[in-house]
Amino acid sequence: MRLLECESKEILSKYQIATPSGRAVSFINNLDIKPPVMLKAQIPIGGRGKSGGIFEASTSDGAKAKIEQLLATWVRGYKATKILVEEKLDIDQEFFMAITDDTVAKSPLAIFSSEGGVDIEALAERQPQKVRKELFSMRSKLPQYRAREIISETGISGRLLLGLGNILSRLADVFLDYDATLAEINPLALTRDGRLIALDCHMEIDDDALFRHKELIELAKEGNRFESERSLTEFERKAAEIDQIDHRGVAGRVIEFDGNLGLIIGGGGASLTAFDAVQSHGGKPANYCEIGGNPSVLKVKELTRLILSKPNVQKIAVIMNVVSNTRVDLVARGIVKGILEAGKDPAKTVAAFRIPGAWEEEGFKILSKYGVQYLDRTVSIDDTARIAVDNSGD
Amino acid sequence: MAILADADTRVIIQGITGREATTFTKDMIDYGTTVVAGITPGKHGQQVHRIPVYDTVRQAVNEHPANASVISVPPALAKGAVLEALDNGITLLVVVSERVPRKDTIEFLEIAREKNARVIGPNTLGFISPHHLKLGMAGGPIEDVKKAYMPGPVGIASRSGGMTTEIANLLTTNGIGQSTCVGVGGDPVVGSNFLDLIPLFDKDPETKVVVLFCEPGGVIEEKLADLVITENISLPIIAFIAGRFVDDMPGVRFGHAATIVEGDRGTTKGKIAMFQKAGIRVAENFSDIVGIAKEYLK
Repeated sequence: MRLLECESKEILSKYQIATPSGRAVSFINNLDIKPPVMLKAQIPIGGRGKSGGIFEASTSDGAKAKIEQLLATWVRGYKATKILVEEKLDIDQEFFMAITDDTVAKSPLAIFSSEGGVDIEALAERQPQKVRKELFSMRSKLPQYRAREIISETGISGRLLLGLGNILSRLADVFLDYDATLAEINPLALTRDGRLIALDCHMEIDDDALFRHKELIELAKEGNRFESERSLTEFERKAAEIDQIDHRGVAGRVIEFDGNLGLIIGGGGASLTAFDAVQSHGGKPANYCEIGGNPSVLKVKELTRLILSKPNVQKIAVIMNVVSNTRVDLVARGIVKGILEAGKDPAKTVAAFRIPGAWEEEGFKILSKYGVQYLDRTVSIDDTARIAVDNSGD
Repeated sequence: MAILADADTRVIIQGITGREATTFTKDMIDYGTTVVAGITPGKHGQQVHRIPVYDTVRQAVNEHPANASVISVPPALAKGAVLEALDNGITLLVVVSERVPRKDTIEFLEIAREKNARVIGPNTLGFISPHHLKLGMAGGPIEDVKKAYMPGPVGIASRSGGMTTEIANLLTTNGIGQSTCVGVGGDPVVGSNFLDLIPLFDKDPETKVVVLFCEPGGVIEEKLADLVITENISLPIIAFIAGRFVDDMPGVRFGHAATIVEGDRGTTKGKIAMFQKAGIRVAENFSDIVGIAKEYLK
């Protein structure tokens, strides 16, 4: 879960990391603005500055006009419902700091750069002496002395080192306490009057740890944090409903495409493999999906019907890896039932059926009964995809 | 024989009375794995497929010395279960549990490293050394395992559990056997990733070729390519990279938590380029794996 800037900054404040004074607003009526101010669209994506999501205003009226504009503008696929209005600070110097996981080293990682507001990867390549990255222990955390060790490597000393070390150490506490996968302050500003202030903050929370953070679950439930262009299509919404019918297995993660070959594919890795294979053999998928975990006959049936309800879809391909948990017979039954309920002939509608594994004999019997050609484990996933594409032409 | 486990591997099952664990315990025993005890706190005295159940790992290993554990407990309890196993001298852990918080995983991996213990998973179906043993769910019931797996010279390491069996099946149906087949787990952080396993396969006299199943997301493939170059690894590696279409859909999460392309990071194009630079053969089509393996095994 990606937190919005204003949500992340609230957390920073709790850890005594200073942020510009300001507040997030959704309307301009009776708004008291003390210019100059920064106006920042609260959307869950980076690169806002370059794409018209951040403005500066030097008059109150100008600020209000810009807020209205920001509330009405799509920026990189999102529309803000909240605009963060903040004091504009007089800045002397900018830094970068972040805590994240090094997934290969399997350890948390602290990153500090003496230059902020930049693409850190590019800077690390251009001027490696300015960027320090160090792993630290999940249990020992990042005490202030470790933070100072990291920062001092970039040549920073004096009072500034103490202040920055303090903030980096606290940012590590935020990261660990909130089960974050990323906590980044960029830029962290040194103002002309000598204060260190987090100008922007980006936090990502581990979805698998949300159960430990009730307040974030509540936040995620709020429907009006922002608007997203990539909202589900009607087709995808219906598929999600089907996946919720019961708790038996998964018939989900459906993504709509505009082709004519319906796909019922699974599990995760095999779905990626089968989708690539269909495309590389010239097929045009009508959808992506992942089934697995032994879904109920009902779910498979409903998913089949849904896919066949797309006007241009006459054929479906059913492809899974060798299954050990999912039962072939249950999937076969669901597919056949779905096709029959859609008023079509299973023998003519299935472009290919290839699920070997648990209960395959029973599954093959069901398919034979309805005249559906099936492929066994000796036919690979990509050969199956080729056959499906060949059979899906008219 | 093989990697990770051998005839001396004695296994406990933590969370043995759970529905999934009950099933895979039977499958493991049928396949020849030495399962000595199970643990579910509060259920001491019960039996699961004639395996005695204890309240604690300590009780279990006092009665039945063991060196490996398969852990199948709810995600919030996984860290505790791993620490309990490590505290009681278990050195090989297969963490089947899904959706374990990443912070917990990193913390127990940190402790496992200090104790020189090896962890497979979390979010793994486990591993199989064909005709010897299996730890975890991999392959399912014995009849199914026997159809898909047979002993031989090819190691498998896969980011997808289901595709571990699928690759073995592809090889088996073409007359090529396997040494050890590992589902590394679908999470971004796992105890034994490609970087950890390739050196083991490299040292294993039985393994002549390794097949990797790769997905978009993360940088493990890129780092492996670096390792192969810097360590001069001569073991032939064949990689299949699924989800090439995902490159065009940045920010969309597919399948595993790790399968997401963020910006330029983790694209299949980048992984393929790095592999080719390191001399790792990339199979264009899935079934090309067979032909390439045969070339190497000549």
